[in-house]
Amino acid sequence: MNDVIPDSTPGPACDLNTAAAAAQEQFVATIQEACARGRRLCVRGGGSKDWYGASRTGDVLDTRAYRGIVAYDPAELVITARSGTPLTDIEQLLSSHGQMLAFEPPHFGPSATFGGCIAAGLSGPRRMSAGAVRDFVLGASILTGRGEHLRFGGQVMKNVAGYDVARLMAGSLGTLGLLLDISVKVLPNAPASATLRQEMNACDAVRKLNHWAGQPLPITASSWYEGVLMIRLEGAHAAVRSACATLGGEKLTNTAADVYWHSLREQHHMFFRSAAPGATLWRICVPATTEPAQLPDADAQLIEWGGGQRWLFSQGNDQRVRERAVASGGHATQFRHAKPNAEVFTALSAPIAGIHNRLKAAFDPVGVFNRGRMFEGM
Amino acid sequence: MESVVEDGGESMATASRARRVDVFARALEREVPGCTLLTDKEDVAPYECDGLAAYRQLPLGVVLAESEAQVQGVLRICAHLGVPVVPRGAGTGLSGGAMPIREGVVLSLARMRKITAVDPYSRTATLQPGVRNLAISEAAAPYGLYYAPDPSSQVACTIGGNIAENSGGVHCLKYGLTVNNVVRVRAVTMDGQICEFGSEAPDAPGLDLLAVLIGSEGMFAIVTEVTVRLIPKPQVARVVMASFDDVESGGDAVAAIIAAGIIPAGLEMLDRGAARAVEEFVHAGYDTDAAAILLCESDGTDDEVAEEIERLTRLLKESGATHVETSASEAERLRFWSGRKNAFPAAGRISPDYYCMDGTIPRRAIGRLLLRISEMEERYKLRCINVFHAGDGNMHPLILFNGNDRAEWLRAEEFGADILEACVEFGGTITGEHGVGIEKINSMCVQFSPGERDMFFAVKHAFDPQRLLNPDKGIPTRARCAEYGRMHVRGGVLPHPDIPRF
Repeated sequence: MNDVIPDSTPGPACDLNTAAAAAQEQFVATIQEACARGRRLCVRGGGSKDWYGASRTGDVLDTRAYRGIVAYDPAELVITARSGTPLTDIEQLLSSHGQMLAFEPPHFGPSATFGGCIAAGLSGPRRMSAGAVRDFVLGASILTGRGEHLRFGGQVMKNVAGYDVARLMAGSLGTLGLLLDISVKVLPNAPASATLRQEMNACDAVRKLNHWAGQPLPITASSWYEGVLMIRLEGAHAAVRSACATLGGEKLTNTAADVYWHSLREQHHMFFRSAAPGATLWRICVPATTEPAQLPDADAQLIEWGGGQRWLFSQGNDQRVRERAVASGGHATQFRHAKPNAEVFTALSAPIAGIHNRLKAAFDPVGVFNRGRMFEGM
Repeated sequence: MESVVEDGGESMATASRARRVDVFARALEREVPGCTLLTDKEDVAPYECDGLAAYRQLPLGVVLAESEAQVQGVLRICAHLGVPVVPRGAGTGLSGGAMPIREGVVLSLARMRKITAVDPYSRTATLQPGVRNLAISEAAAPYGLYYAPDPSSQVACTIGGNIAENSGGVHCLKYGLTVNNVVRVRAVTMDGQICEFGSEAPDAPGLDLLAVLIGSEGMFAIVTEVTVRLIPKPQVARVVMASFDDVESGGDAVAAIIAAGIIPAGLEMLDRGAARAVEEFVHAGYDTDAAAILLCESDGTDDEVAEEIERLTRLLKESGATHVETSASEAERLRFWSGRKNAFPAAGRISPDYYCMDGTIPRRAIGRLLLRISEMEERYKLRCINVFHAGDGNMHPLILFNGNDRAEWLRAEEFGADILEACVEFGGTITGEHGVGIEKINSMCVQFSPGERDMFFAVKHAFDPQRLLNPDKGIPTRARCAEYGRMHVRGGVLPHPDIPRF
């Protein structure tokens, strides 16, 4: 039972290790210089999510020279890889062993890196059944804003030694540190899957999804758009078969199903292509039970995650979207095409903002990394 | 109100201690009228330790809070007076995380035990921090739902304590730990401010503070309300029990199951010593001749479970199981589990005292660690029996000793620290689910570098700038590590290996 480490064989992989060590040294030098001269850095992998978040400032620190799989043993259900590793490399390696990143991260482009996936903290269609990026992060090593190399967490599933700083990195948008090596839990692919299509209105869809989620059904993804509810089932053959019979609806071919969920994850779906030019794409994150009518333009929404994540295009800086999301117990993000100077993320309460500022000061005291990417001044 | 009276009660120290108790009691009476404060020695004594009874300390007093407003008031007073606060739930923790501080107060949340809401439609339960773990699943049962994390102490331990320790249980391989099942926490920081971490929506804006709050051992904030995710109860669950002639092939079977793409609902192992101890105690039907016993649970629909059990049985036999048995009824399933769940009390029956360790290692190192432990048994002249959450590599070696023999206790402590260092050496961690508390604080010096430990203090500072919440737990100071004298080792390499040492 040896690690499957592509890098451990002599040849190009060894070069990768040497290159990674050199890249790490370079990162430290760049950070320390930025620190000394009061310059800012913009941590960037493949740039596939450049459009995400608030303002981007500073000189680009490209992570892609720091790449390669560090450790992977399928029987341990853990993979460790460097932040600059292409996300597709990781997914291909896992797939060749019948495993996957269960949080189904969107790539938003062929250049997406592992580090960007963790730092952005975005999860795909399987989020409500499998968990989000943060649920899978087990360990991370980082360079702090002073260029200090620190490691948190590890490569094991259960670990409460020290605070769970590694998990905090998921979704931190690179504001706390430069991610180096990241360990995540992986899961086996399901033996069987099926996708069902049913027609119904938004209100019925949300109610049904919540009702079904309380029953032992292997639903792992869902979407509703323009009167059509799509449900993905994954699990043991017997479980998928019996759930198909229980739920009913038109069954998609496997190819059509794969294409559909991929298009949803990557936002190539018709909904995302049909927006008026200049419209802002809102990501509305609410309790799954939120009735569509509680949010603006109920019929124009794309609903995912069993009701927990909803997408809506709006013209202008429409504050109604955020107000209604907050009133429903959630928040709203100007995900794409945010208006200049708009607040991209929902503002934090004063005590929570205070904790954010003190954490930023702890990890990045001079404010070198991704200043303003999440909130102004952080 | 009487103060804690100690031996030689006329000394200056005692007088000034009595004064401090008095100042605190007056402030509490003024600011939080009606809030219960215990200061008599006999009332305070039950709080002098948690589940780790070897470490004891009497606090200035114990406050029994009954509401969030009382918690706010108490924390404001303590912040003003500079009095450290040790939060406490049921006191079942095994690492001394709730051990009092001599100059501090214990803040018990055990009276805040109301289940505020169970909502089957949103599959959530909203709870006060003192609600017992098992009570959540009991309240959700009528709706066909349950709360997944099930630590062995679930009859007594509270959800607030589970949050402090990021508790797991026998089902966490498939269903996750506390951090994966708590969606929202409302808590009060040391300055009396109310913070909401997480949300009933799938995520919250900003940094994922909930993720770092969970498992912070009561050092960041006092939890006053919790929302947990409830999940549907599987229709059927069955357990396969397999015997192995040697521990290594048991470990190989675990790897084979995972590599075959099966994530069992539970995957637990006991070595011969543990199996014999529990068999004598609960008569679970364990094979006491086997070197190792593996318990493997499958859950889901009838067909699904039948499909998985068949695959499991084949894999176990291929891995060298000498005997494989599947539970034929729910009663039998519970009987199989009763042995594993009673491993700790069973150890308590065969030995005056036992010391429970909690390291986690990569699964592939299980055999090597067990071998190392058996060598240590000879070196320290103490017996050790082993139960572990094999699915996630979380080991619970139970070192048996007699607490009345001071020398034996000291050897047990050394033995334990040695096991933890071996866990770090094998690429694992010194604690999987019990927490560092006061017990493993020295071992933190081995697992983390000085820079990493400094960062932990900085993270604590972000939540608790005054450093008053459970301040002596979890993270050792540089001075403490220097005194402990064992070096931080990473990848088996000492820093500056060219320098001669010791």
